[in-house]
Amino acid sequence: MRVRVLILPKKGLLDPEGRAVKEMLLDEGFPVKDVKVGKVVELELERETDIKTMVEKYLINPLVEEYIVE
Amino acid sequence: MKFAVCVFPGSNCDYDTYYVIRDLLGQEVSFVDYTTKDLKGFDCVVIPGGFSFGDYLRAGVLASKTPLGKAIVDFAQKGGLVLGICNGFQILTELKLLPGALLKNENMRFVCKDVYLRVENNRIAFTKRFERGEVIRMPIAHGEGRYYLPEEELRKIEENGQVVLRYCDEDGNITPQANPNGSVNNIAGVCNKEGNVFGLMPHPERACEDILGYRDGIILWHSLLA
Repeated sequence: MRVRVLILPKKGLLDPEGRAVKEMLLDEGFPVKDVKVGKVVELELERETDIKTMVEKYLINPLVEEYIVE
Repeated sequence: MKFAVCVFPGSNCDYDTYYVIRDLLGQEVSFVDYTTKDLKGFDCVVIPGGFSFGDYLRAGVLASKTPLGKAIVDFAQKGGLVLGICNGFQILTELKLLPGALLKNENMRFVCKDVYLRVENNRIAFTKRFERGEVIRMPIAHGEGRYYLPEEELRKIEENGQVVLRYCDEDGNITPQANPNGSVNNIAGVCNKEGNVFGLMPHPERACEDILGYRDGIILWHSLLA
């Protein structure tokens, strides 16, 4: 079983990396409104597990990050 | 006093910290590695700076899940003194012993320079030899030091006096120009409600001898003995 967790900076939080990428893309002429830079954690699981606990307790910091599981 | 200096794979200020405690303070000190399960017998545990576990995933998170991380929580809950410097501060927030999180610097750069700090709280064991409002100078060296806490919780820690150090200019003014990393309210160091856990981004262990250009850091260490 393969699970992909996308981790992004929480909405409303300053994301300097996203801002820098956005400015670069705007300079290059792309019509970009907003950019967020996060990370991907790809997991290969032996069996079903409590993904919510795994992600929220170990992989992200809920204070500053949000996530999407694919 | 008996000190422990925590060593995680990637800690790199452990020997500086050990040196200050043993040679400048003349206290008993031992290294404790990340597999250590029990901190009984120590009076103060210091988590030094560095890049524990390569800062993988998030600075401090992997260290917080080790046996030593758990032992630090246990030690702190029993009232033991815990000091986290730089990466140690990041580990303390990941352990939830301190509120907030430390994010990438606003300017995206690793900032290595001297800063001025204003002592906002001198009632805790770590700062009692300072005057309240005193301006001190110490070096910082970090890429992820932007202290963040949502507004409501921020108000709470301000009211509780948990903000111990703030970045300021030479005269003690709290200005955006004096903020090296974009921290909310220019926060450089916070303590827990009880005051026995303290984390800061600046490096007091690097500011203890005239040969290094400043000695304000030694006052923090001497506070612990007072």
